[in-house]
Amino acid sequence: MELISPGLGLLFWMVVSFSLVVYILGKFAWKPIMSSIKQREKRIEEALYAAEIAKEEMKQLIFDNEKMKKEAVADRDALLTEARRIRDSIIAEAREKARLEYSKIIESARENIEFEKLAAITDLKNQIAQLSIEVAEKVLSKELADKNTQQAYISDLLKDLKIN
Amino acid sequence: MLLQINTSQSVKAAPVGTGEDFDAGAMIIDHVIDAHEWHLFSIGDKHYSIYLPVILYYNQNFYFFSSRRFDHGYKSYKGFKIESEGPHKGKIVRTIDGTMKTDHDASRPLDFSITKHVVVLFFSIIMLIVIFLTIAKKYKRHPNEPPSGFQSLIEPLIIFIRDDVAKSAIGQEKFEKYTPYLLTLFFFIFFNNLLGLIPIFPGGANFTGDITVAMTLALFTFIITQIIGTKTYWVHIFNTPGVPWYMKFPIPLMPIIEVASMFIKPFVLMVRLFANITAGHLIVLGFISLIIILGQINMLIGYSITIVSVPLAVFMSLVELIVAFIQAYVFTLLTALYFGVAVEESH
Repeated sequence: MELISPGLGLLFWMVVSFSLVVYILGKFAWKPIMSSIKQREKRIEEALYAAEIAKEEMKQLIFDNEKMKKEAVADRDALLTEARRIRDSIIAEAREKARLEYSKIIESARENIEFEKLAAITDLKNQIAQLSIEVAEKVLSKELADKNTQQAYISDLLKDLKIN
Repeated sequence: MLLQINTSQSVKAAPVGTGEDFDAGAMIIDHVIDAHEWHLFSIGDKHYSIYLPVILYYNQNFYFFSSRRFDHGYKSYKGFKIESEGPHKGKIVRTIDGTMKTDHDASRPLDFSITKHVVVLFFSIIMLIVIFLTIAKKYKRHPNEPPSGFQSLIEPLIIFIRDDVAKSAIGQEKFEKYTPYLLTLFFFIFFNNLLGLIPIFPGGANFTGDITVAMTLALFTFIITQIIGTKTYWVHIFNTPGVPWYMKFPIPLMPIIEVASMFIKPFVLMVRLFANITAGHLIVLGFISLIIILGQINMLIGYSITIVSVPLAVFMSLVELIVAFIQAYVFTLLTALYFGVAVEESH
């Protein structure tokens, strides 16, 4: 019976104290605590949202970078191909030019040699003719020193003539 | 509690080993009910208690005196005594002048004494205010820092009450207005439940298991529910929608049921808290009494039964730790649900 019979005094103190604690905690504890927690949660939410946006931007950035890199690679490749082509053409052109120059030089050298050869031959001919004449002159002058011999020679020559 | 067990507050119950009869029932009841003195321990026949002030209002007069005057219930003072039997046992009553006999014709004085449970009440509210104002200061000083220390122990509970009790029971729009009350209620019950489990002063009292305390808390729930009740709420009680007319007229069956449920709800709330917490204290005390009862039959049996009784009492205390939380949670949740019903708008 004692267990379930309420006491008036305790009821009174309980009502007074509990009202007081509800008021004091409500005004000085829960108010700042709840607003602080709420504020913090809001901040966290915003931070998460911002992080999400940053992530999205980062993704875009990486994507852009990738694209730029790809473009750069393509550009480089194109440039390299172009350069290679130019180099090849330059080399080919130079080669052609050199070949032409070479053949020209060879041609002119050959002409020179031919010319020189001809001149040398002509000169040689002339000298041989000169020498022949001198030799013949000397032989003749020696051979024809006496009359008989001259006679015989002339006869010889005449004999040949007759045949001809 | 263990400390209090070996000593008995009851003037009739004798300490262990004196050979006198040990009344386990009286001892246990004495431990779970309110008292005018806080009994700490007894050595032999000597009782060591904290004598609490008695405040009485009788015949337009206030009486202030120490409960020492009653000498553990053996003496009367200024015509008052602590009733030792009958329906008012433990309460202060008038005596017939000059004797220890109860004056059954006189009205009982209004007893505003600072009893054991009032001391617990004061102690707990001071503790709660100190704890939460300290934490609030921390929140104010570092509003955007993660919680640290004691704050991080309390914050999950605060968020639990706010999100899983207030928000889910009252609804998104209105919960913020009632969260502070629910938080106070929860921490008040939870803190006192835990305090009741600590066996040494100022713990160990069966404060939340006191019917008056449970009643007051239920009364707050009841009154607030009626005050915040919207038109929808009252229409629902007196003209329940969706019920055939013959349930309301000529005999207003539904309104009667609804009005009854209005009162039954807080009543059940009170009984649940009272019964759960008191039961926990009773069981632990029962296990300990077992040692003393058997010890009086034979010392050896008394010692050997401790092997069973003490682990069981410890186990019960651990269960009580869970009960302490669950009861605080259930009381708060049901209060929130009643608030939720009261503030619901028609839709």
